[in-house]
Amino acid sequence: MTSPGRALAALVSIAGVATSLAACGSDASGAEKLTVYSAQHESLVRAMLEGFTEETGIALEFRDANDSELANQIVQEGEASPADVFLTENSPSIDVVDKAGLLAPLDPSTLEQVGEQYRPESGTWVGFAARSTVLIYNPAEISEDELPGSMLDLAGPEWQGRVGIAAGGADFQAIVSAVLALQGEDATREWLTGLERNSEIYASNTAIMKAVDEGEVPVGITYHYYWYRDQAENGLIGDDAKLHYFGNQDPGAFVSISGAGVLASSDQPEEAQRLVAYLTAEAAQEKLAESSALEYAVGTGVASAEALPPLESLGAPAVDPGSLNAPQVTELMQEVGLL
Amino acid sequence: MTLALAICVAALALLPLGYIAAATVDVGWAGVRELVFRPRVGELLWNTSRLVLGTVAVCAVLGVSAAWLAERSSVPGRRLWHVLMVAPLAVPAFVNSYAWISLLPGLDTYAGALLVVSLSYFPFVYLPVAATFRGLDPALEDTARGLGLSSWAVFRRVQLPQLRVALLGGSLLVALHLLAEFGALQMLRYPTFTTAIYDQYRATFNGAGATMLAGVLVVLCLGLLLAELRLRGRHGYARTGAGAARPVRPVRLGALTVPALAALAALVGLALVVPLGSLAYWMAAGASSGLDGSALMATTGTTLGLAAAAAAVATAMALPTGWLAVRARGRVATLLERSTYLGSAVPGIVVALALVTLSIRATPWLYQTVPVLLAAYAILFLPRAVVTVRAAVEQSPPVYDDVAASLGASAPDRLRRITLPLLAPGIGAGAALVFLAVVTELTATLLLAPTGTTTLATAFWSASSALEYGAAAPYAVVMVLLSAPATVLLSRNARRGLTP
Repeated sequence: MTSPGRALAALVSIAGVATSLAACGSDASGAEKLTVYSAQHESLVRAMLEGFTEETGIALEFRDANDSELANQIVQEGEASPADVFLTENSPSIDVVDKAGLLAPLDPSTLEQVGEQYRPESGTWVGFAARSTVLIYNPAEISEDELPGSMLDLAGPEWQGRVGIAAGGADFQAIVSAVLALQGEDATREWLTGLERNSEIYASNTAIMKAVDEGEVPVGITYHYYWYRDQAENGLIGDDAKLHYFGNQDPGAFVSISGAGVLASSDQPEEAQRLVAYLTAEAAQEKLAESSALEYAVGTGVASAEALPPLESLGAPAVDPGSLNAPQVTELMQEVGLL
Repeated sequence: MTLALAICVAALALLPLGYIAAATVDVGWAGVRELVFRPRVGELLWNTSRLVLGTVAVCAVLGVSAAWLAERSSVPGRRLWHVLMVAPLAVPAFVNSYAWISLLPGLDTYAGALLVVSLSYFPFVYLPVAATFRGLDPALEDTARGLGLSSWAVFRRVQLPQLRVALLGGSLLVALHLLAEFGALQMLRYPTFTTAIYDQYRATFNGAGATMLAGVLVVLCLGLLLAELRLRGRHGYARTGAGAARPVRPVRLGALTVPALAALAALVGLALVVPLGSLAYWMAAGASSGLDGSALMATTGTTLGLAAAAAAVATAMALPTGWLAVRARGRVATLLERSTYLGSAVPGIVVALALVTLSIRATPWLYQTVPVLLAAYAILFLPRAVVTVRAAVEQSPPVYDDVAASLGASAPDRLRRITLPLLAPGIGAGAALVFLAVVTELTATLLLAPTGTTTLATAFWSASSALEYGAAAPYAVVMVLLSAPATVLLSRNARRGLTP
């Protein structure tokens, strides 16, 4: 090689090193900053934690993504995970991290702030919000007495091409995990096989609401708050749609819990515990109830938003939040071709 | 030393391919059978291939007809049409898709996907075909016409065979882009391998399901590259000597002028006016809900910073490869150069998946940092830099260097005073191309952006996924504005008759 070639090479390596150094430098983290992996809606989490930094002097940095993505990411990261606190939208994902032994026990005082049915026996995570499964429907496309009595009926041949679901989303996968816990593997596989034939796949619950509103599909499986939120704002997307609650302990009345936990590998365990305590305390729970999030508060003695039917009135099936099996749901959904 | 660096660059470029291969071996035959030979994969294969075939066909027809009209016919305003045919490149496909679906929600069908991606990608065929038309000596066509062939026969028997290489190259670009396309198709609810890999990633992070789908996708890409090579064949279309080409005498369209104008106008309307109009509409609609100016500024800053860093890294990496390809011609140099092309034929989602896994397992201290993101950009966009750097080296004769050496200049001195100034335009052009590609990169950024880092594309994506079309519009507008200069550049280059 000619010598300019060699000099060129040297120049290139210097440039390379300099760039990567510059890039690394910007990542240096200050003290007292918690890294929060959050799969819950940004607006809800920010509203509930408003004032936390001011009160405690602890800064927060969020990594927002999907439930399963973050859970599997934490499991892969293992002990090296940069996360201090994990907030999920649905409990199956925090359970994945729990089963991998990566969560630290929560302070008993934190656990006591939340009703027993909203946390697992292990005491390694705690619910901080709840949401109910609903069937959203368009009254112009389907009359009330044609609506199914159970969510499991949607696998029947008469529903072909008529059910909107967000199969790729964590919400729908949490609902499947409840079906799995309540009905067992074979019944769930059968249900999913029917749904695979019957369903129109949408990218999100909002997209389902819009599709139902516009009459693309008569019904969709979703959570309650998307519609309530839209109503509270302006009803632009979902004003022609209505909600149908299955009740009667049907799997379709499943109430999904958003979980919060502290990573055992956190280098700031005290601050992390403080964050979870803050999130489940009365003040933050009341903020949730007052916010436009319209999910259910789970703090003991805190009433949820007035617009919502009371959580106790929904006839939700009893599901142990520690028993939902996300990996098996993924396998089943891959098996029937929904993923 | 340069060779060692070039080998490192090639190795980095091939990293994702190696990862997929290793993961496949890891999963084993039984796992592959379970994860690959299932109905869902068949469905995706059918969806993906019919979309690729359809889009390539539509783009070929649109691209060639538009190029013929702009280069060989008497249609009025040929210069203007030329720029307008290239301009859709300034609108990223996922922005185009958003523009259409936000106005017409019913477009989530095969036909809708075909329409939207064809409108985004036909310039990839138009550009090389138009450039080739310009390079063709009209004497051949005139002779054919003199021998009694109709305009159509001249096109079919004389022009089309000479366009073959450009047409195939353009079609290959369309097909590869389509296989890698995530945002546009996800928004149109049209599942292909890339969108399915993303869904798998969301459900399982880097689980075997995602990796195996990625394996199938990589096989498709490599198959396309081989098919293009085979189809291109061994025919040569060069001739000896440049000849003295006469200026083209445009084919008189006569009564067909109005329909031709209408067709071009319709194409521009669909490919340019609709997306820009839709953006303007959502900008106006979103203005009522309040534009967060500081977030937009911060995101633009982050994006520009990342793009500049990626441009620097990619051009620095292109230097050894481009240098060797010219100054040390031979099998090794060609192999190293081709490796960088091969690496970037791998879709962004696969590159990102590979880097996520490798960085967690092998270099945890690099995981979730900017360098990994930059590495992904470099792998994806390296050829843009290599091609331009290589061309620059080609045009700077080594004799200058030798003369300077004979006059006693030291190696660093020659680098500073001779080599770099000679290469500067090429390096600059390469850096600009990488820069612009990074500004609108979505897929790899979604998976690899460090905690707290938002780019224009990811901010646009999260708003538009939540169907907050108004909030998404400003980010799209900034991306279009940043891409516009590149488009002007591209159309000018072709004007000057730069053939591929």
